[in-house]
Order: sequence, then structure tokens, then C-alpha cells
Amino acid sequence: MTVISDPLMHPTKRPRRLFKNLMAKLASIPMILTAVVVFVGGTAWTVLYSFTGSRMLPKTNWVGLDQYERLWSSDRWIISITNLGIYGSCSLVLTLVIGFSLAACLDRKIRFESAFRSIFLYPFALSFVVTGLAWQWILNPDFGLQSVVRGWGWESFVFNPLNDANTVIYGLLIAGLWQGTGLIMCIMLAGLRGIDEDIWKATRVDGIGTIKTYIVVIIPMMRPVFITSLVLIASGIIKLYDLVVAQTGGGPGLASEVPAKYVIEYMFRAQNLGQGFAASTMMLCSVVVIMIPWAYLEFGGRKRG
Amino acid sequence: MSKILKSLLVGSALVAAPASQAIELEVTHWWTSGGEAAAVSKFADAWNATGNSWLDGAIAGSGGTARPIIISRILGGDPMAATQLNHGRQAEELIEAGLLLDLSDVAEAGGWADIVNPSALLESCTLDGKIYCVPVNIHSAQWLWLSHAAYENAGLDVPNDWNEFVGSAGALQAAGTLPLAMGQQGWQQNLAFGAITIAVAGTEAWREVTVNKNAEVAAGPEYTAVFEAMVDARKLASESNVQDWNQATNMVITGTAGGQLMGDWAQGEFAVAGQVEGVDYSCLPGLGLNDILDTGGDAFYFPVNDDPAITAAQKELAALLISPEVQVSFNLAKGSLPVRGDIDMSSANGCMQKGLKILANGGILPSGDQSLSADTQTQIEDLMAQFWSGDMSAADAQDDYAQLIKKAD
Amino acid sequence: MADITPGLSDGPRGPKPKKAFSRANIILYGTLIMVSIYYLLPLYVMIMTSLKGMPEIRMGNVFGPPMEITFEPWVKAWSQACTGINCDGLSRGFGNSVRILIPSVLLSITIASVNGYALSNWKFKGSEVFFTILIIGAFIPYQTMLYPIVILLRELGLMGSIGGLVLVHTIFGMPILTLLFRNYFASIPQELFKAARVDGAGFWQIYFQIMLPMALPIFVVAIILQVTGIWNDFLFGVIYTKPATYPMTVQLNNIVNSVQGIKEYNVNMAATLLTGLVPLIIYFASGKLFVRGIAAGAVKG
Repeated sequence: MTVISDPLMHPTKRPRRLFKNLMAKLASIPMILTAVVVFVGGTAWTVLYSFTGSRMLPKTNWVGLDQYERLWSSDRWIISITNLGIYGSCSLVLTLVIGFSLAACLDRKIRFESAFRSIFLYPFALSFVVTGLAWQWILNPDFGLQSVVRGWGWESFVFNPLNDANTVIYGLLIAGLWQGTGLIMCIMLAGLRGIDEDIWKATRVDGIGTIKTYIVVIIPMMRPVFITSLVLIASGIIKLYDLVVAQTGGGPGLASEVPAKYVIEYMFRAQNLGQGFAASTMMLCSVVVIMIPWAYLEFGGRKRG
Repeated sequence: MSKILKSLLVGSALVAAPASQAIELEVTHWWTSGGEAAAVSKFADAWNATGNSWLDGAIAGSGGTARPIIISRILGGDPMAATQLNHGRQAEELIEAGLLLDLSDVAEAGGWADIVNPSALLESCTLDGKIYCVPVNIHSAQWLWLSHAAYENAGLDVPNDWNEFVGSAGALQAAGTLPLAMGQQGWQQNLAFGAITIAVAGTEAWREVTVNKNAEVAAGPEYTAVFEAMVDARKLASESNVQDWNQATNMVITGTAGGQLMGDWAQGEFAVAGQVEGVDYSCLPGLGLNDILDTGGDAFYFPVNDDPAITAAQKELAALLISPEVQVSFNLAKGSLPVRGDIDMSSANGCMQKGLKILANGGILPSGDQSLSADTQTQIEDLMAQFWSGDMSAADAQDDYAQLIKKAD
Repeated sequence: MADITPGLSDGPRGPKPKKAFSRANIILYGTLIMVSIYYLLPLYVMIMTSLKGMPEIRMGNVFGPPMEITFEPWVKAWSQACTGINCDGLSRGFGNSVRILIPSVLLSITIASVNGYALSNWKFKGSEVFFTILIIGAFIPYQTMLYPIVILLRELGLMGSIGGLVLVHTIFGMPILTLLFRNYFASIPQELFKAARVDGAGFWQIYFQIMLPMALPIFVVAIILQVTGIWNDFLFGVIYTKPATYPMTVQLNNIVNSVQGIKEYNVNMAATLLTGLVPLIIYFASGKLFVRGIAAGAVKG
């Protein structure tokens, strides 16, 4: 994990720093433009206009913090962030646990490994829209799981998460996990394959049990794998939108609303850009709060190594 | 000679595009259900018949999906040639930004000021004395649709108004029929709210609240009665778990539900299913209590284009959409009312005749689109979604509603 | 200890199980099979439903195999389903999707691989800052960037063209792809790079002659991720193009969301499967390569 802080170790004759490493800088222009113009520029634009009363079109009629006051007094926004909190924490924990457990199962020199792996991974090839529709159909009380179990003779069986305000978020979770765990499983599996066989031999010699070895030895060694997984899962969670629209439409009532949906609907359906921008600024703030420790761990940690 | 030339120029909107040069116009709309698609193809056929061609840009999923696409394309400088938008306050800002084509000359040549009825429709296309859109139909929301099969099955007479409907609900439930089909989407629940308001609180109170934004009336006794009626209606619809409006309509068509509160566009679904008004289903405008309808509807806007040939074709299309033959065929298919009072709609079915009669008698209200901003409407829809699918009390809902009206713009 | 040399990463590393029918093995396979059922259920239901006629669907059992197999829903989804007034199903979108997919995948991967190479071997002052911004960008909901992108494309004169859409896909694919390539190139032994520098090889020479030939696994991963993402994209496809170039997903949305009376679940499912076919085939076909590539690119974190 050594980092070459400056590959041009030999003293350069050019006096100006700008021309040092010139080709790499030129080659990075697309990245720099994307980072600066699109991500920083676009974000700054969004934050700026969140302080305006823009309706259908962006306008600079400043209204101070009005949009934020309204946002935080809106029931729907509170419901949305609560839902994201529940969905996000369940999804994060379960995806990591399921992903890791499946990877550990597959790593135990089993038969048909590639068949199992393909089965766990294929949902990732399908879009959230497809995922939402398929699970909406399976969870439909009149056609799906509930009616089938009732057909077997268990007449009082109730499994109707999508039409119950208290459980709808778990209905989304079933679909979200189905779609997303495969990729994490794959990443974890790749991480496990990177663990030296000698480690296993050593723990066996020491008489440490298999499960204990995973928890005490293997998982700490896979820290970078978990960090990559965390970034992937978290970025998916915060963007959660398509799945909700396809599977529940935010219903019943407002029970499965999420922040990204609030942003989009206030921007486009309600034609209140200012309100939508205020909500997306709040989302962005939470991302930055999460990302700063990550960036510190990543880059801060590197420099020591 | 110059006189002929002049008359040609006045009518130039109609003939500006040389017949030899077929112009393809891209038209964006969100009419994708069965009846809607049948209606939009009347437009397309009429336009194709002029030697030009219609490039259909249908986007399913109601205005919420289509609107960002439409606005992005217009803002991005690569607009479609024409687009559906609800008339009302939605396009104001696009007009102010100079992005939409001024149709005043076409309107003048076609004498729209005289033929468009009610004139409020043309007014909502007008900003600073210029006309920017073509109204193509009138839609009203305050209709109760009833299934004859469901009532026959329960051994009941088909109700004649909302009160009888509520009274008969118990017997329907006893017969295993869902009394009220209701799609679980905010706009449908808000539509039901509007319809019940006009029926229960009357037009005066409605106008005071919706048009004048009087929060005191919204908190007053007339509206208390409305919210209490809504609690009853909520019970009648509690077993309804369909999403789309036409799925709910389908429950009425098949007789699995007794009735539905839906706009006159539901008509198209009954027609596609081959049902006959008065035999298979009934429709009650104003919920059978008031002879009154609102006059929302659709309009087409034409984004500014720098190609003169396309601009001429846009104007030609604008004139075509409001021409008598096209108005008749389109509105018969769509189940909506025509925007001009001077055409023969005798081939329309019973429901449309009822609507036409109310329109002729002037029993009209402006639609919510024309009075409330999309922002306020969305907030009301959110409240209604919360109310209909939860157990919010009438008093709480009324409080929240009055707050929204107070802040409305 | 997370450094992985791609060639060594295929074989299972876990402890060797002892007997074929030990209790542990039964639990292991039992669990895997149960979990597989959960993963396969939706696919099974989609395929079965797409082969049934509407009367059979109304009767209720989604899990039962069709009593009478019909391919009509597939035919209808491909060539007859209506969106608006066009009744030619998904077929019109397929070619467009391919036309959008190929340049987008090529351009985004080319740029991201060069970025990743520069970030791992040619760091310059500020390069990590730009990279961090890029990664934070991966968390921004795309929808909030719609209007800024509209303005950008308008200024570039690319609005409504396939070129504009390719640019958008390149921009939004950049964060994750750059992360993957950066990690991959960082795992290649530095000695190779240093030796090439000593021989006087420049930026592009090292990229094309040393890095590129070694980067096959990560290219496979990048291609798979991009093909999936771009093929499944609806939002950008519908906003930054026009009807003549709408991708398949727009037709899918139109078919699935425009209900004509009753929902034709069988046609919806067939349309869904048809749209998902390209990424599905790629996933099933690439199996082992994907894991190998992931092992090389994602693991270093």
C-alpha cells in the first residue's frame, strides 16, 4: 500500500510546477472538469437556488431560509427521513451480514459454486423499476404469496406488507436486499479469496473455531473490502427512488415516502424548485457528514502507511 | 390582387407550410390509457391528413413524469414542436421567459375569442393580452360513476345522488361488494375531496376557499361537514387497494365496486369496455346534488422555434386542433367536452350530453389548476394521501387544510 | 494484506470441509438452497406469468406453472404493445438502446481508465481532492442535477443529441469507474512502473504498453457495470433525447405504466424480461470473470 507521492523523483529541470507531470494533468482534464463543473458547480448552483423562491424556472428572488423552515415543518419530509433512516440502517446491516455470510458459504469449497454465485448476482442486472414491479406482484395480496398460502388451506394467513402503513418499508427492504446483496456478496467473496491460506492453517493449529476465525481474524483483515461495500451500499440507499416509485408509489398514503422522492416531486410536480433544492441540500449535507470520516480514513490512513 | 394576397396572409396560419414540403412535428403528451390513446390518434390522423406528419412523443405516468421532461427539453433549447400541459398557471413562467410561441395571430384569424366557450379557458391561455395555448377540451372532476351490475347483484336501485349512494353502501357491503373504488394516489384522493366539497359545502363556500383563499371559511362549519363526510367515504373505500385510476374504474366496470368518484375522462374507459350509459353504468355530474362542473382541461403549447417552416407548421397545427371536425372526433373519443359551443355534439352519449347541458346553462366553476398553484395543490394532495390511508380525524385534517389555504398562493 | 494479484484469486481459500454428508455440509447446502429460492422466486414468477394468458392470471396462483403455455405476451411486448399511438412494442427502442450503449460504454471506460491510471501512478497536487469530490458526487441523487445538466448541454449545443446523452452517462459513470480503475492500477506492483520510468517511457507509453494489457479483468467489471447501468437507465434517456432516439426503457415504462383497463401482467412481465435480457445474458455469461475483476478492483478500497 505504498503511495508514490510524486513519481517524477528525479529533479526536474522545468522551473514551473504547473508543467511538472503535465501529461497526467492533461489526461485528468475530463475528471477535473467533471468534478469541478458538474459536481461542485452543479451542487453550488443547487445550494444557491435553495435560498430563492424559484418555482418552475430558476430565479434569483432571495427568500433566505424560508424554504428550510417550510421543509422542516412538513410532515411529509419528516416521514421521508424517518423512512430512510429505518430502511437505510436495516439495509446497511443486512446487506453486509447477508453478503458476507453468503460469500463465506461460497468460499467453503462447495460444489456448484458458480451456479450459486450467478443466482445471487443476477438481480443486480435488473433495474430497480423491474425489481419493484416483480416484488409488487409477488406481494400482491390477491394474487401473490398471501393468496397462495391461503390456497394451501391456511385461510387466516396474512402477508400484505405493501398495503399496511406500518410494514410497507419492510416490503421495500425485501426487494432492495434481493437486488443489492449479490454485488456485495461478490465483493466479499473476492476479499475472502485474497486471504492467505496460511491464515486458516495458523488458526486451525491454534484451535480457533471456524466462526470465531471469521469474526476475530478474517473480518478485521477485510477492512478495505467493507469500506468499498459501505460506499456502494450507502450511495445506493441515499438515492433510493426508483424502487419506491415502482413498488409502492410512496403509499399507502405517505407511508413509504423517501427524501429523493420528496426532492423530485417538489421540483417537478409541485413546480417549487426552491423547496426541492432545499431538500436536496439537506441530503447533500448528510452525505458530506458521512463522507468526511470516510475520506479521512482513506487518505489520512494512507499517508501513515 | 392585394386583397387576395391579404386574405391569404390572414389565413396564412392554415396554409403557410407548402403542401409539397411535409413537416414532421414532434408532439409530447401523457395520454397513454386506452381511451386517451384513441383520442390522441384523432389529432395525429387529422394532422397526417394535411400531408404533414405527427411524431408521437407519448410519455406514460401522468404529468408528474412527463413535466420534467417537457420543461427540460424546452429549457435545453431543443424543444418539441408542441406539448400538452394543463392550462392554468403551469406555463406562466415559461411564457414570461419567452420560450413559448405567441399564437395571437392564429387566434385572431380563427376568431377564438368568439367560439371558445367558456371564455375562461381562453383567458387562462392569455398573458398580457397575448394567447399562448390552444385549449382542446374541457374536463370536469365532479362525477360519480356507478355500476349497475353491482347494484342489481345486491338487489338495490341505482342511487340518484351522493346521499343515496352513502345510504345504500351498507347493503352493498353485505352483498360482498366494495362500495367505493378509490385509487391510492394523492391526486385521486384530492379529486374525491373536491367533488365531495362541492356536493356537501356548496359552490359558495368552495369558491370562497379555493378562489379567494379564505382560511376562515376553510376552518368553518361548512368544511367541518365536508371532512365528516370524507370520514364516511373513507370507510366505504377502506378495502380498496388499487393504485391507478383506471384500475379503480375497471372495478366499477366489472361490478366489483359500486361506484367511483372520478373525472369525466373515466367515460373513455367505459366506452373502450363497450359499456352503455344508463344500461351498464350511470354517471352523476356534481354527484347528483348540484348541476355544476369545473372546467379544467388540457391545452397545447408550442415552444418557440427558430426554423420559420416549423413555426408556420406549429401555427397550422394550433388551428387544426381547435377546428370543428377535430374537436368533435377528439372529444367523442376522449369523453371530454369540446371547447367550442358552435359544433354539433348530438352523437355524444348520455353522460356527455349531461355535461354539455350543464355547460350550456353556465353551471361552471374554475378548476383547481386555475386557482391554486401546483405547489399548494401538491401539499393538499399530500394531506389527502395521509388522510385517506390513515386514521387522521376530521378535525385534524380540517386544521391542516385551513393552514395550507392560509399559506396558499 | 488486501493486495491481490488477479491471477491468484480464483480458488476458494476457506477451510476444507471434511465429509460429504456431515451435519455442517447439510446446513451449508440447505441454507444456500433456501436462499437461492428467495433469489430465484421473482425470476420464476416473471417467466411463468409471461407465459400465461390473462384468464389464467386472474384465477390467481402466481407460482403455478402455466396450464397452457402461450407466447403471445412476448410477441405483443416485442412488436405490438401500444405506447400512445405507436403500437410497435419494444422493438423500436432496442436499436436505440444499442446506439446509446456502445459509445457511452466506450467513452466512459476510456476516460475512467486513464483517470484511474493518472490517480494511482501520476499523482499531482490536488489529484486526491478532485477524486474525493468525484466520490462524493456518486452520492448525489441524479435528479437534482437535471437542470444544471440541461444548462450545461444547452451551452455545449448537445441537448437532444445522442452525443449529449453519451456525455451524461460518461459523467455519472465516472465516480465508481474511476474508483475501480484507481484501485486496480494501485495494486499493480510499483516496480514495473518504476522500471519503465527508468527506461524513459512516458505517460501514454506506460499506459498502453504496460498497464492496459494487464487490466483485462477490471475492464470486464467496468463493462458489466456500465452496460447494466446504461441499459437500465430511464431518466437520462427520456430527458436528454427525443422520441426518435428513446431507449428501450422508455418504451418499457410506457407499456407498464399505461394501463388499458386491466393491467396486462403477462405482457408487462414479458416486456420486463425482454428489456432485462441484455444485462442478464452478460451476467450469466461472464460469471467468473466478474468475480475476478471485482477481486482486483474493489477490494483495495
